[in-house]
Amino acid sequence: MTGIAFLLNGTPVRLGEISPTRTLLDFLREDKRLTGTKEGCNEGDCGACTVIVTDQAGPRAMNACILFLPQLDGKSVRTVEGVAGPDGQLHPVQQALVDHHGSQCGFCTPGFVTSMAAAHTQGRQDHDVVLAGNLCRCTGYAPIVRAAKAAEAMAVPAWMTDPDLSFSQISPEGSGEAGSLTGAFRPTTSDALADWYAHNTDATLIAGATDVGLWVTKQLKDLPKVAFLNGISDLRQITAGADGTLRIGAGVTLTDLRAAMAGPHPHFAAMLTRFASEQVRNAATIGGNIANGSPIGDGPPALIAMDARLHLRKGNARREIALEDFFLDYHKQDRQPGEFVEAVTIPGAAPGLRCYKLSKRFDQDISAVLGAFNVTVQDGIITAARIAFGGMAGIPKRASAMESALVGQPFALAAFEAAKAAASQDFTPLTDMRASAAYRLEAAGNMAIRYFHDLSGVAADVLEVRA
Amino acid sequence: MSIGKPLPHDAAPLHVTGEARYTDDIPLPAGALHLAFGQSSCAHGEITAIDLAAVRAAEGVVAVFSAEDWPEMPDCSPSLGDEPLLATGEVHFVGQPVFLVVAESHLAARRAARLGRITYAERPALLTRDQALAANSRFEGGPVIWSRGDAASAIATAPHVVEADFEVGGQEHFYLEGQVAAALPQEGGDMVVYSSTQHPTEIQHKVAHALHLPMSAVRVEVRRMGGGFGGKESQGNHLAIACAMAARATGRPCKMRYDRDDDMVITGKRHDLRVRYRAGFDAQGKILGIEFQHLIRCGWSQDLSLPVADRAMLHADNAYFLGNVRIESHRLRTNTQSNTAYRGFGGPQGVVGIERVVDHIAHTLKLDPVTVRRRNFYAEMAEGGASAAQASGVLPESALAKVKAEGFAAKAEAPGTGHRYGAAHSPKAEVQTTHYGMPVQDFVLRGMLDELERTSDYQARRTEIARWNAGSPILKRGIALTPVKFGISFTLTWLNQAGALVHVYQDGSIRLNHGGTEMGQGLFLKVAQVAASVFGVDVGQVKITATDTAKVPNTSATAASSGSDMNGMATQAACITIRDRLAGFIADRHQADAATVRFEDGQIKVAGESYDFAQVVSWAYQARISLSSTGFYATPKISWDRVKGQGRPFLYFAYGAAVTEVVIDTLTGENRILRTDILHDTGASLNPAIDIGQVEGAYVQGAGWLTTEELVWDGKGRLMTHAPSTYKIPACSDRPPVFNVALWGRVNPEDTVGRSKAVGEPPFMLGISALMALSDAVAACGDGSVYPALDAPATAERVLWAVRRQQGHV
Repeated sequence: MTGIAFLLNGTPVRLGEISPTRTLLDFLREDKRLTGTKEGCNEGDCGACTVIVTDQAGPRAMNACILFLPQLDGKSVRTVEGVAGPDGQLHPVQQALVDHHGSQCGFCTPGFVTSMAAAHTQGRQDHDVVLAGNLCRCTGYAPIVRAAKAAEAMAVPAWMTDPDLSFSQISPEGSGEAGSLTGAFRPTTSDALADWYAHNTDATLIAGATDVGLWVTKQLKDLPKVAFLNGISDLRQITAGADGTLRIGAGVTLTDLRAAMAGPHPHFAAMLTRFASEQVRNAATIGGNIANGSPIGDGPPALIAMDARLHLRKGNARREIALEDFFLDYHKQDRQPGEFVEAVTIPGAAPGLRCYKLSKRFDQDISAVLGAFNVTVQDGIITAARIAFGGMAGIPKRASAMESALVGQPFALAAFEAAKAAASQDFTPLTDMRASAAYRLEAAGNMAIRYFHDLSGVAADVLEVRA
Repeated sequence: MSIGKPLPHDAAPLHVTGEARYTDDIPLPAGALHLAFGQSSCAHGEITAIDLAAVRAAEGVVAVFSAEDWPEMPDCSPSLGDEPLLATGEVHFVGQPVFLVVAESHLAARRAARLGRITYAERPALLTRDQALAANSRFEGGPVIWSRGDAASAIATAPHVVEADFEVGGQEHFYLEGQVAAALPQEGGDMVVYSSTQHPTEIQHKVAHALHLPMSAVRVEVRRMGGGFGGKESQGNHLAIACAMAARATGRPCKMRYDRDDDMVITGKRHDLRVRYRAGFDAQGKILGIEFQHLIRCGWSQDLSLPVADRAMLHADNAYFLGNVRIESHRLRTNTQSNTAYRGFGGPQGVVGIERVVDHIAHTLKLDPVTVRRRNFYAEMAEGGASAAQASGVLPESALAKVKAEGFAAKAEAPGTGHRYGAAHSPKAEVQTTHYGMPVQDFVLRGMLDELERTSDYQARRTEIARWNAGSPILKRGIALTPVKFGISFTLTWLNQAGALVHVYQDGSIRLNHGGTEMGQGLFLKVAQVAASVFGVDVGQVKITATDTAKVPNTSATAASSGSDMNGMATQAACITIRDRLAGFIADRHQADAATVRFEDGQIKVAGESYDFAQVVSWAYQARISLSSTGFYATPKISWDRVKGQGRPFLYFAYGAAVTEVVIDTLTGENRILRTDILHDTGASLNPAIDIGQVEGAYVQGAGWLTTEELVWDGKGRLMTHAPSTYKIPACSDRPPVFNVALWGRVNPEDTVGRSKAVGEPPFMLGISALMALSDAVAACGDGSVYPALDAPATAERVLWAVRRQQGHV
């Protein structure tokens, strides 16, 4: 058997030979006639196609437009059609949206319902975070958030806890035949991946598909040979080393990473809250974020500022390099054919770490500049500095001139003014639709000033101000 | 009485369960085909060769059409006839449809459309307003100029003068549901079209024209749109016509929906413009003379640009009496998307211009801008009706009912006899007229400003913000209060008509048809509330139906905020006709006067008896009384000469005011809205919940236009912000965290449906307060000598550069 199996609104779906890059959204709308799930952008940026995907990690909102069917193997999918009760009674978030006038044109509404229902099941009250990936053009969001608040106190309906979700109807690893579809390999261990990928170096590795998904939906690329990594549980571990370091498996999602970082690296965790959106973080992995080599991926500059080490594997050969050395040039990484990112290691603490994300819109936007600062001060003297930026060069890159301007100097504004002045030695940024080169350089330098004020306890973040 | 009740949107239960059906959700008969356009990659050029062999050979392709395949190219323009469906020899912007692919699936059509090989002889492309101006590339020959008094002399002798250029960006509609249409061939060559359109009659007209059919052979149906905002007034024509042409050619149902990127690249947007202004004023800030020049980028075809540019001129005064004024409007033709209708239809561009001038004057004189605004307001005339404000938030129904009760109590009084709000400010004056000669007889902004200033605590907060700023080196706060006055009616006078068709069935159920379209604004519910009120039945008894050109003909676009005003009145007329028949019938039975028959609480009451509505209907049916009627409405009192720029283009004005507080980061230009307070005039609201929803949504959309929503083209004319990944409409956390919206409960002195006022567009301009608050925050970074001169959209980058100018660095 070469198919996949998942629960769709509680009913088992078994699919035989399918195109591995058929999206869940197209399958729902075209094959199942479940048209409540909408296509708004087909790139994971509007949330109109949000569905709830449940596995052992619990229910999570994801964008159906950039989910490939094989990613769902062994999971449960709930669409908006499955959020109301079996005899049609509305879910508390649905009723609250009606009562609080949370829908106008209604086209975004199914996506809001599924996002809100997933969060409601988890007991969450951080509605701005939950809904950052759902765009609404009609309401101005106020009535939607009123509805979300009103539903907080309502019990999670019995039907949402999915009694059938023991996965008894489908094995924990889906069809139980985690082999290949035509052109698609679905390993369950990293050893299996290593072995296969070493012999199939032309394959595309797909973890969360939040980037590769767009190759298919927007660039209309054919991917003749792919491997889906989301079944590899040993890549999803975060383990603490004897030296206090944290080893983060490449398959750890941004959601799980954000949760794990809240204690040891709260400022990193706070930045990850502005990394894409809830739906994207639920699918995307840190390994994908590093391996795709984006010059503006928000994870790498923060990790470089923490002096992260990268673990690469090809077959049975493993090597470890400094993360900053992985990025060679624009979309060119130090990765051999058949080699993949296995993990990244970071220190257990970095009290001086601050991450500043600058984007046109606060939430769910790609950074114009991402600055990560990690400075050590001893007895009033700056003894060490690691500063890295995204969006300032063709790769995530350290700001060595800025660092040099700081090390050895007293912790005072003058040193950070000097660091700002040094930014132009480090970077020659580009002008694009997100920002001009001049603005990038000015703002990147000013982030050094902000960092000084930040460590000094002076309010320097607009998010801290209330009317 | 269902009028005035804050009922939830009629389709809300369908929205939240995913049952609500949009055009792309309609099941099509077997064998349906899917369409995609092959697009121009050249901004301006002659097509020298088209090689479509690979397109035709692609998997799933059924047919491919280009200009060579049709002897006559259908036109898609809503105005001039200058938009061929597919390029005929020449291309005029990047994204222009050049060929049409018909395939077995949406994906197959999209894939094949990328395989075309088109060769161009490139010509110089006019991409910017300056390039178009230099090349004298424009519509209407030369600039349109309207003037009153002698602006130049008044400015020359004025004690103070401000003068500047000001850039205002365009705006992508970003309706969540992209453009989509489907065409189903019928017997005898007829065509049925489903379209996500605000203008079914236009679709019907254009499809009939393309197919050489009489309009009677084409039926267009639209149940709902997933947002419109003006972007579906004319921009859906291409898809509907393409589907109809392909359906005729293949004999199969054809559907087309744009992928989001294609949608953003192909369709027009809000007109961006540069406003050049010169204003002379006295030491009090009173404007003595003012000159505006609007340089408006229309794009490659005329579309609706002329009336859009007209409306920008009509709203160049906003709420201010301008005695000596000259407005010069250049409608520039460029090799970019054809800009089109967008909520406010040019009005916001006009309003933001004068608000910028007032802000500049206040800065020059070191006055609170609100003071300058008041000093330039129109005189307040004969205000009527009690004012009542209703806070939003949880919308307790009992409180709203109270507001409504007051509103309708006031309605019984003649205008002018109610409480005179703000009378102390406005001794009864001569009627002032706008610069286009329309008397401003219903000006209520003085009272509204007083009320909003009080409820928002504006003055105390302004003082507190100044104190806070003095102690905050990095972050600065700002606050601004801006008003809006917006004219309600189509400026093309003949469009101000509407029709309805109401059926009462023998079981007492009511089926409502009218010419308006539902795009989320709650129009259908409001009109159903009107119908239910006439019959005295519960609104649930009124069946809301899809808009259908076979039911109500010759409709105007649902646009210009006129939907409920016009369709509500037409529906009311139809219902009254049927009600009068029922009243006459039942009165006759009881030998009573028909005028004494009452319709309330689902009962018909006559001569001391009370019958179920359905019972009387059943008897009337058996008595062979007609239970169906049309209704018609033509907006009264309006006349307009657009060449002279004189007349009364509007039945009335709608008003509003907003206070926005912001914070900026002087190191990066990042900024947040902290709090917004709004008082908006919807007359005696037909549905306060729907109206507050419109106000909240419009404000956020308006603030988005002026802050994060930036359209960027490259030097080749390619739109670089063609998806939500790069074009940033407000997200959830961008809404004001403190957001107080109240309705001004004064009834409309004009005889509108239920004495309500239109609400779709006017509150959009309340977002201008966000721009002006940013200007205020930027000004706090300097010594008062340099005006912030913030262009729009005020992205973080523009805010930072404005801060640097304050600091003397740029």
